[in-house]
Amino acid sequence: MGIRERLSGNEAVAYAMKQINPDVMGAFPITPSTEIPQYFSAYVDNGEVDTEFIAVESEHSAMSTCIGAEAAGCRAISATSSCGLCYMTEMLYVAASDRLPITLAVSCRALSGPININNDHSDVMGVRDTGWLVLFAETNQEAYDNYLQAMRIGEAVGLPIMVCQDGFITSHAIENIELVETEKVKAFVGEYKPQHYLLNKDEPMSVGAYATPVYYMEAKRQQAQAMIDAKGVIKQVAKEFEEMTGRSYGLIEKYMMDDAEEAIILMGSSAGTAKEAVKQLRAQGKKVGLIKIRSFRPFPAEEIAEALKNVKAFASMDKDDSYNGHCGPIHAEVCTGLYANGVFGPKGIGYIYGLGGRDVRVESIQKVFAELEQIAETGQVGETYRYLEVRE
Amino acid sequence: MSHLAKDMTPDVTWKDITPGCNIFEGGTSAAVETGDWRTMRPVIDWDKCRQCLLCAPVCPDLSIPVGPDGKRGEFNYFFCKGCGICSNVCPFGAITMVKEAK
Amino acid sequence: MKDIVEIHWHGRGGQGAKTASLLLADAAFNTGKYVQGFPEYGPERMGAPITAYNRISTERSTVHSNIYYPDYVVVVDETLLSAVDVTAGLNPEGAIVINSGKQPEELRPLLKGYTGKVCTIDAGKISEEELGRNFPNTPMLAAIVKVSGVVEEKAFIKDMEASFKHKFASKPQVIEGNMRALIRSMEEVKEG
Repeated sequence: MGIRERLSGNEAVAYAMKQINPDVMGAFPITPSTEIPQYFSAYVDNGEVDTEFIAVESEHSAMSTCIGAEAAGCRAISATSSCGLCYMTEMLYVAASDRLPITLAVSCRALSGPININNDHSDVMGVRDTGWLVLFAETNQEAYDNYLQAMRIGEAVGLPIMVCQDGFITSHAIENIELVETEKVKAFVGEYKPQHYLLNKDEPMSVGAYATPVYYMEAKRQQAQAMIDAKGVIKQVAKEFEEMTGRSYGLIEKYMMDDAEEAIILMGSSAGTAKEAVKQLRAQGKKVGLIKIRSFRPFPAEEIAEALKNVKAFASMDKDDSYNGHCGPIHAEVCTGLYANGVFGPKGIGYIYGLGGRDVRVESIQKVFAELEQIAETGQVGETYRYLEVRE
Repeated sequence: MSHLAKDMTPDVTWKDITPGCNIFEGGTSAAVETGDWRTMRPVIDWDKCRQCLLCAPVCPDLSIPVGPDGKRGEFNYFFCKGCGICSNVCPFGAITMVKEAK
Repeated sequence: MKDIVEIHWHGRGGQGAKTASLLLADAAFNTGKYVQGFPEYGPERMGAPITAYNRISTERSTVHSNIYYPDYVVVVDETLLSAVDVTAGLNPEGAIVINSGKQPEELRPLLKGYTGKVCTIDAGKISEEELGRNFPNTPMLAAIVKVSGVVEEKAFIKDMEASFKHKFASKPQVIEGNMRALIRSMEEVKEG
């Protein structure tokens, strides 16, 4: 039995960091993730962890610090949001391609402009091709649980990992949470014992090599394999986590999907709101369900295709727009996943929703299901590129 | 799976290449023959050489070995790229650059 | 108590409405409830109207939206009554608690026809008298607990005492002042 607490999402992540006691944190503050390094630096100052806290002058430097530390053989962490994540982008690629399993907590926030500090997923979606593993949390509990599992996953496949939650909506909201005892956390996460590291005097090494065209593609193909392999690792680590806590996780979470005829796919805090919408519609006898994406990278294309194969209509919900003139990133990947897995039956539409902190209500999700019901009945899809609750 | 630089040849597969193209040993440049980049070759006239050793420290490729007796030896043509700096600094005209014949 | 109680806090930046909502979440958590306490964030400025929310329930609520149909509304600053539609969506079975020295009947005309219970508490006066400064948080918190019954009163008093003892370990006189303010507020809140 764990420890009952009530914490905000940022507090929960900082607490997980404290329990793990990593070697190095390089961080620069930005709303709404600022509290994470703020709480953590207090732990450092109080001597509750022996982490080397490196206050840097930018997010680019924060990630560079993590890269150096992780390459040296340390466990390195950081936290950021929004433009801070953008500013890290160059180094995110380096971390992934140098195969350094850094852990980055992200409290997701919109990007300018117009300037906005509230939640959407455009920051993480903007760096989705950097080669990082990406987990999303619906609740504070999931942000904490994902963080405890993150290092095991990243270190097993040699890739860095982002642990994402919705800025303000969970990062600054107090909720009940069940914490794991610190000794259990330490036993679960374990010590970091990299095979190769810069501070190993018996094996001098170079990190960050130049690769000519003869080598570059082989290196990238191997990196791609690590992402493919991560699917199995995420499931295995989740299984062990469930044995410890009783809380179960997968690549996706299916809610009332068994006989669902209409379904939505989404990730983050709005999945909880959508569950309430599904519950209310089920009470009215409607066969609706939802799929929550926990692992955005690797993308659970096969699992989503399997879950959707019998539905009549679905909507992918994106808290970001790709500005490609036809759909957001989740819808693009869901549709590709269906096609690749030979699922051609369901009619699909994409919704852009919740941008810049636009509140997502139970009623908002019910509107989406009303549209899906219509599509399922008539077979007429209509516009597939839609904005939810935008004033016309 | 080998992690040695010598096995990272142009036919290494994606499964066998080192993660991130990282290199897990020191001094691997010793295996790379840069001597075949040379178009001009330094040749020393031992009669003119006074062993002043001005040439050895300026060689960018450490291709002028100095022995335990404090005297320079023959050029290391495996690494020497033929840049000609040694020829330029020699106060006695002991080093001449000649066209490389391969 | 209903399975789920939803509360709106209206205050001005710097008055501690957000802190009060978090304290209420704490108190409810300590009596075994599921809680959510969250502010509506924007470009905060001292004095600008702000809103904070509480969901308090017997089962975990998965909803992560703002609250549109609150059961209770707490107004930490009386001047907000003319600036913000504080009773919007407010459950007529619930109540509004306003920090004011006035009688509930005097304020009802400002509440756009709200038919439910209107309560007032002179949090500023109680705070000045018991703490020597205007800290309306503790009195407002006590008043909403009294009016809503969202936390059992005795458990609430016990829990707050423990929390003050922890928070003000080095200033015992502050603990007593806060406890007096808390109990007075529960007694002096006027229902109309």
